[in-house]
Amino acid sequence: MSQPRQPIESGVPDPFPEMHPVMVKNYGQWAWHDRPRPGVLRHVAKSGDTIHTVKAGTQRQMDVYTVRTLCDIADTYADGHVRFTARSNIEFMVADPAKVDPLIGALAEAGFPVGGTGNSVSMISHTQGWLHCDIPGTDASGVVKALMDELHQEFLHERMPNKVKITTSCCQINCGGQGDIAINVQHTKPPRINHELVSNMCERPAVVARCPVAAIRPALVNGKPTLEVDEKKCVCCGACYPPCPPMQINDPVHTKLAIWVGGKHSSTRSRPMFHKLVAAGLPNNPPRWPEAAEVVKTILYAYQADARPWERMGEWVERIGWPRFFEKTGLPFTKYHIDTWRGARASLNTSAQVRF
Amino acid sequence: MAQDPKAQAPKTQNKPRKEMPSTPLLDQLEDGPWPSFVTGLKRLATSEDKPYADMMKSLLGQLEHSYQTRTGYWKGGTVGVFGYGAGVIPRFSEVADKYPESKEFHTLRIQPPAGMHYRTETLRKLCDVWEEHGSGLIAFHGQSGDIMFQGTSTEQVQPAFDAFNEMGFDLGGAGAGIRTSMSCVGSARCEQSCYDEQRALRTIINGTLDDMHRPSLPYKFKFKFSGCANDCVNAIHRSDMAIIGTWRDDIKIDQEGIKAYLAQHGRQWMIDQVVTLCPTNAVSLKDDDTLTVDNHSCVRCMHCINVLTKALSPGDERGASILVGGKRTLKIGDLMGIMVVPFMRLESDEDFAALLDLATRMVDFFAENALDHERIGEMIERIGLVNFLEGLGLEIDPNMIAHPRTNSYVRTDGWEAEAEKWTQRKGPQAAE
Ligand code: SF4
Ligand code: SF4
Repeated sequence: MSQPRQPIESGVPDPFPEMHPVMVKNYGQWAWHDRPRPGVLRHVAKSGDTIHTVKAGTQRQMDVYTVRTLCDIADTYADGHVRFTARSNIEFMVADPAKVDPLIGALAEAGFPVGGTGNSVSMISHTQGWLHCDIPGTDASGVVKALMDELHQEFLHERMPNKVKITTSCCQINCGGQGDIAINVQHTKPPRINHELVSNMCERPAVVARCPVAAIRPALVNGKPTLEVDEKKCVCCGACYPPCPPMQINDPVHTKLAIWVGGKHSSTRSRPMFHKLVAAGLPNNPPRWPEAAEVVKTILYAYQADARPWERMGEWVERIGWPRFFEKTGLPFTKYHIDTWRGARASLNTSAQVRF
Repeated sequence: MAQDPKAQAPKTQNKPRKEMPSTPLLDQLEDGPWPSFVTGLKRLATSEDKPYADMMKSLLGQLEHSYQTRTGYWKGGTVGVFGYGAGVIPRFSEVADKYPESKEFHTLRIQPPAGMHYRTETLRKLCDVWEEHGSGLIAFHGQSGDIMFQGTSTEQVQPAFDAFNEMGFDLGGAGAGIRTSMSCVGSARCEQSCYDEQRALRTIINGTLDDMHRPSLPYKFKFKFSGCANDCVNAIHRSDMAIIGTWRDDIKIDQEGIKAYLAQHGRQWMIDQVVTLCPTNAVSLKDDDTLTVDNHSCVRCMHCINVLTKALSPGDERGASILVGGKRTLKIGDLMGIMVVPFMRLESDEDFAALLDLATRMVDFFAENALDHERIGEMIERIGLVNFLEGLGLEIDPNMIAHPRTNSYVRTDGWEAEAEKWTQRKGPQAAE
C-alpha cells in the first residue's frame, strides 16, 4: 500500500440532509398522532402539516438488490426518504395521504409485509448467529425468519392486548436484550477443552477471571499449561469461550434453546422488567426450529386470550400470577425456574399470599 | 492474500463459474411469507458479473454446513483500518479448506445518521460501494445501531472504509470502547419527544470519538437516547448511560380533546384504560367529564399520554433523566439503569455542553475505577451508588431509590453534617 489515507473522524452523520423535508420543517413541533390502519401512522404537526408513515418488515440481513428494491419503491411511491427502526423495520414517509395506498400495494407486491405498529407482534430483534458471529450457538437470522413466517398475521394485524416485542440471542451473553418473549441459547454441558491449544490461544488469568462462578483453574495436561473446569460448579454459561476458543461451549446436541417471558424496557405503567425463564431444553433444530416456535405461539396466544388492554406480557403475568401462567400455557414448572443466583431471595414469595 | 486471487477486485468473466452449493436446509427458509435472507444471499451468489458471486457461493456453502452440523465456523483476528483501533469485525473461516472464497468475511460497522434517516440516493451509494468492495450483504442495523457491511476480504477493508468515509460516514465502535449509539425517531416525528435526541446523540458521540476509534476503556460503554419513558430504543437496559426524556412541570390537558374521547369511547373505557392503569393513581375523571392529573404523584410514565394522544402531552419544561448501568447477564446478572440525574434541561447550548461534560466525566470515572471487563453498572454495584455519585459530583436525590435502606448495618456518625447539606440545598426551595 502506498501512503495510507488518514481517516476523516466525522463521527455520526448529520441526519437533517437525509430526513424527509416535512420532518425537518416540523422538527420538535409535533402535536399528535394516530394509526389509520395497521402499519400506518399519521403524525400531525402544530403547523398543521401531516406526515404518513408506512412501516414494513424486512429480513434485516439484506442483499443490495433488496435495498435497491426498497429504494425504488421509496422513489416511485414515497418521497425518496426512508428510515429504519431499532427492530430493522423500514419506514416510508409521505406528505400526501393519497400516496399511502399505492405505497402499501407496491410493498405487498414486492413481498414486504406492512404492519408492526400498535398492538402487533413487531419484527423479532436479532443477533448474528452462524452467518457471522464467532461464538454462536444458533443462527439468529434463521430463527427469526422461521418465527416471523409463523407470526406473520400478528405482524399484519393489531390484535394483541399491547405491543409484543420478541427477541432472540444466539449465545448466553444475550445481545438480543429483553423481550416480552425471548428465545435464547441455553447451554447444558460444560465446555469441552482442547488442552493442546489453550496455552497458545488464551490469556489464562483473564479466562479464569471471566467465569462468574470461579469454576476455572490453571492446570497442567501432558506437561503443558492449560485450564480445567470444575464441572460441578460450572453453570454452562459460555463466558469462557470468547476469550478462549479452545473451551468449546457450543454443541450440536447439548446447546439448547430456552424461552423467557415478561421483559419490558419501557417505564410505562409498571417499571421495566427482566424477562423470566419459562421453558428450556428445547432442541436447537434448524432450519425451522418447530419446537421453539410451538412454545412461543402457545405463550403468545394464551396472552392474547387472557390479558387486558394495554397489559404487556409481564404485566399480565403479574396480575394473574405464575401458577396461572403455567396452568394456562401448560408448560411444566420445574426446580430450574427457582432462581439460585445472587439476589434470588427477591424473586421468592415472602408473603402469605397464595393463588389457587 | 497473495494466494487468493479473488481478494483483488476480481474480474470473473473469463474464469469458469463456481457452482452453486447444495443447500437443502437453507432452501427451506425461502418458503413462507416473511422476506427471506436466504433468497437474498442466493441473489448475490448468482450475480455472476459481480466480484462477490463466488465469495457468496462459498458463504452459502459454509452456512449450510453450519445448519447441517449445528456449529459455527468463524473466528476473530486482527483487521482494521489505518488510524483506528476498532470498528472492523474480523472473521476468518475455520473451514476455509472447504469454502475458500469466503475464508475472510469481515464486517465494517458504520455509524448511521442519527435517527437512521436516509435519502434513497445515500442508500444507493452505500450499496454501490459495498458491491465494489464487499459481499453486497448489509444489515440495517446491528444491535448497537451500526450499519453492518458484512463480508469482505482483508485487502478490501481499507478501500471500502475510504469510500464510506469520503461519503461522510465513519466507523462505529467495537471492543472496550465507546460504542455506536442509537436514538428513537423522537423530535423528527413524535409529539411525545421531550428533547432533541439527535442533537444529544451527536453531541455526546462526536465529543467522545477518540474513545470509540482508539478504545482503551476497561470494557464497552454504550449511550442510548430515548425521547420519553416509552423508551423506544431500550436505553434503560441496553446502555451504560441512558438519556431518557421527561418533563418537570404539569402534563398538558386539552379538555375538549378529553370530551371528544369520551364521546367516542364512553366513561367506562376512560376509567378502565386510562384512570385505573395510572401506576400512581394520579388520574381522575370528574363528574363534569374533565380529566385531572395530580402532577406531584405522576411519575411521567407516559401511559395516559399514549392512550390519549390527541388530548394529553408532556409539559413545557422538558429535558431528560439520566440512568446509568444497564446491561445484560455477563457477569453478575442483568442490571437496569439506575437513576442518577432525575432531571436535566436540554434546550440551550449550555445544556448540551453540560450533557457532554457529564458524559465525559462518566467515561473518565469508569476508565479510572472499573476493573478489567467490568461494565459501569457492575462497578457501581461493587463500589456503591454513593461513592459513584460523590466521584462524579452528583447530588443525591430520593428519586434515585425505590425505598430507603431496610437494614441497620451502617455507620451514621456523620448524620448531622449530611442532614445539614440537605437542608442547605432544599431550604431556599422550601421557602419559595
Ligand atoms: S461455561 Fe461459564 S461457568 Fe462454566 S467454566 Fe466457562 S465461564 Fe465458568
Ligand atoms: S404519565 Fe403515567 S403516572 Fe403520569 S398521570 Fe399519566 S399514567 Fe399516571
